[in-house]
Amino acid sequence: MLRAAPAIAIVVLTGPILFGLLATLLPAFGWFPALGGTSLSLEPWNMLLAQPGILRSALLSYATGLLTAFIALALVAGFLAGWLHSRAFGAFTHLLSPLLAVPHAAAAFGLAFLLVPSGWLMRLVSPELTGFTRPPDWLIIHDPLGLTMMAGLIAKELPFLFLVSLAALPQTRAQEFTRVASGLGYGRMAAFLHGVWPQLYPQIRLAVFAVIAYSSSVIDVALILGPTNPAPLAARLVTWMNDPDLTMRFQASAGAVMQSLVTGAALLTWVAGEKLVTAGARNIRNSGRRFAEDGLPRGGFAFAVALAAIAVFAGLGLLGLWSFSGYWGFPDALPRALSLQIWEGQLTGLGRPLGITFVVGLAATLAAIILALACLEREARTHRSGGSRALLLLYLPLIVPQASFVFGLQLFFLFAGIGTSFWALALVHLVFVLPYVFLSMSDAWRAWDKRYAQSGQSLGRGLNAIFWHVRLPMLLRPVLAAGALGFAVSVSQYLPTLLIGAGRWPTITTEAVALASGGDRRLIGVYASLQMALPFAGFAAALAVPALVFMRRAGMRASI
Amino acid sequence: MPQAENPKPLRLDRVSIRLHDRELVGIDAAIAPGDVLTVMGESGSGKSTLLAFVAGFLEPVFTASGRVLLGEDEITSLPPHERRTGLLFQDAMLFPHMSVGENLLFALPRGDARSARVAAANSVLADAGLGGFFDRDPATLSGGQKARVALARTLLSKPRALLLDEPFSKLDASRRQTIRRHVFDTAKAVGLPVLLVTHDRADAEAAGGPVFDLDDQ
Repeated sequence: MLRAAPAIAIVVLTGPILFGLLATLLPAFGWFPALGGTSLSLEPWNMLLAQPGILRSALLSYATGLLTAFIALALVAGFLAGWLHSRAFGAFTHLLSPLLAVPHAAAAFGLAFLLVPSGWLMRLVSPELTGFTRPPDWLIIHDPLGLTMMAGLIAKELPFLFLVSLAALPQTRAQEFTRVASGLGYGRMAAFLHGVWPQLYPQIRLAVFAVIAYSSSVIDVALILGPTNPAPLAARLVTWMNDPDLTMRFQASAGAVMQSLVTGAALLTWVAGEKLVTAGARNIRNSGRRFAEDGLPRGGFAFAVALAAIAVFAGLGLLGLWSFSGYWGFPDALPRALSLQIWEGQLTGLGRPLGITFVVGLAATLAAIILALACLEREARTHRSGGSRALLLLYLPLIVPQASFVFGLQLFFLFAGIGTSFWALALVHLVFVLPYVFLSMSDAWRAWDKRYAQSGQSLGRGLNAIFWHVRLPMLLRPVLAAGALGFAVSVSQYLPTLLIGAGRWPTITTEAVALASGGDRRLIGVYASLQMALPFAGFAAALAVPALVFMRRAGMRASI
Repeated sequence: MPQAENPKPLRLDRVSIRLHDRELVGIDAAIAPGDVLTVMGESGSGKSTLLAFVAGFLEPVFTASGRVLLGEDEITSLPPHERRTGLLFQDAMLFPHMSVGENLLFALPRGDARSARVAAANSVLADAGLGGFFDRDPATLSGGQKARVALARTLLSKPRALLLDEPFSKLDASRRQTIRRHVFDTAKAVGLPVLLVTHDRADAEAAGGPVFDLDDQ
């Protein structure tokens, strides 16, 4: 098992992507015998390009990917530059960390409840300031340029890039370098951006690529907040993929290939942009400007980051409130009455999707933990790590857009007779859960003091005894935290669940996103609340279990 | 204090450890039961690498030749857990998720009934002046107490030699004397050959045995 672990992990990470891409490429050029396509042709592309506004959809996806990543990264860089090693920094970290666990769809619903013309912000100032007694006819969400969608994505990707940066910071000796630069007369932000950021960025680069890929191919957030006429490319793909007319599959496959090209173009643009920014930064650096006065930008970055976090939290609070509200008409800022009615009404219907969400998440997370532990233990025993190539493999499922291969994977499963079984669904979840579990666990696992293992072995205990009795219990906390993150990732999966499950395995997330077009806020409140409650329950368990097990062991307390 | 069954000398037979063609350590020595060989060297001199080689933890970047023997038994190619070379670091390395007693039970070879095992653990604790510490959390012990538990834990695993990797350097000066005495006296009483690596000349003097200086090589 241990020896095979790296090979199994590589197959899990690459196999579904390769088969999925292949099974997308062939029908995109007309070949898929099961649907009557037996010869290669460009007909699917003609159909695709004849769709109204298709180029605008593609451009929208491209721009969303680049702008979301750029703004989120700039906020992270500016915020770290202005506030790292400050007293307020810890508070910000506590504010942003939980947001990583919030599924994208729940965050997007929350923002929608906050921002729409009949949303809470407008209610707060109506009718006193605005004079509105009925909601104005403004297009705030679903705006044609996708600005609200981008704002939602930025608010959600910001915590991700922030936490990835925090994890990479210890390898940069940030404090020493900022102090040296400060000593040379540079302002706080300039000291960090010149002295530390160039070391930090290469380490988080793959995570930035993942943000570009995700934002340029996002579906659930696009359905909730994004433009509709035309919608971003990936959101339109889903409609075609689910079309009862099976010949639409060919057009959808061509669209999925187009999605790969759009995301690829965004990534290439980014890489070219990196060179420009590096050259520009060098010029500024060599000019010797000190930027000693940076109070205003520091304040600005703190404000922007806090605003993003507070908006998401406020939105989540609103989701919960709506789910318990009785009549709540515009422009009341609070519901007239609270009621359990909507929850009671949904109780019978909730059970099945809730159970499926839980079991799929548990299966994928357990498998990911076992695989990651086996790979890391083998690495420790053989003194061989996969290095940067292994890191690239881990990021592969995060950088190849879901919309470009999951559809092909569905066709492949149909073709191979695997169909829409529970295990196919759990396997596809594992593809996306494994990278997060592995990345989240590996730092702590590798940083563990191996003299504990050497002491144990010298006491006459074998490697297996050391693993089960020493290493695993000592690292229980990071392992469970990684599991909680993996579970959260599984809960938030929309497209893979929708396509691979083919409607037979509904989860809380697919049910919640399906409600988006209906606009019943109480119902959305119920499903989106559950969607965020599940990951939080996972993280609560990951904190509580080690705290209870090691209650009487001071050396095992959390170090934060 | 239980005598080691059939004490044997620890022999380093023409041991040479290299890193990229450069010899870090070259040593040929025998340590009689109860004796201490001190290997001195600055940090980076390869003295901890020598202990890693003897205990079976040499990292693959190093290449080594020569043999390690206990009496006539060659242990050079045995896996670490079959060598029975008790290893002590400058930190006590008590497992933080186990009680003091559980740490000791983890080291005790299998065989006896649970009650006999607990009795054995309690007995070494009493010998170390730590009677009644079985249920204590290791994190609540003083540095000196941790060092004593670490030694008791190692002795319970019935080692055939003791390998000491600067085991006194993190103790405060007042306690260092006492612990050092305690470790050397115990090793002598049990009849274990001791290989000590250190950069502290006082350790070598207290050990009293021959000194091998890596910096002179």
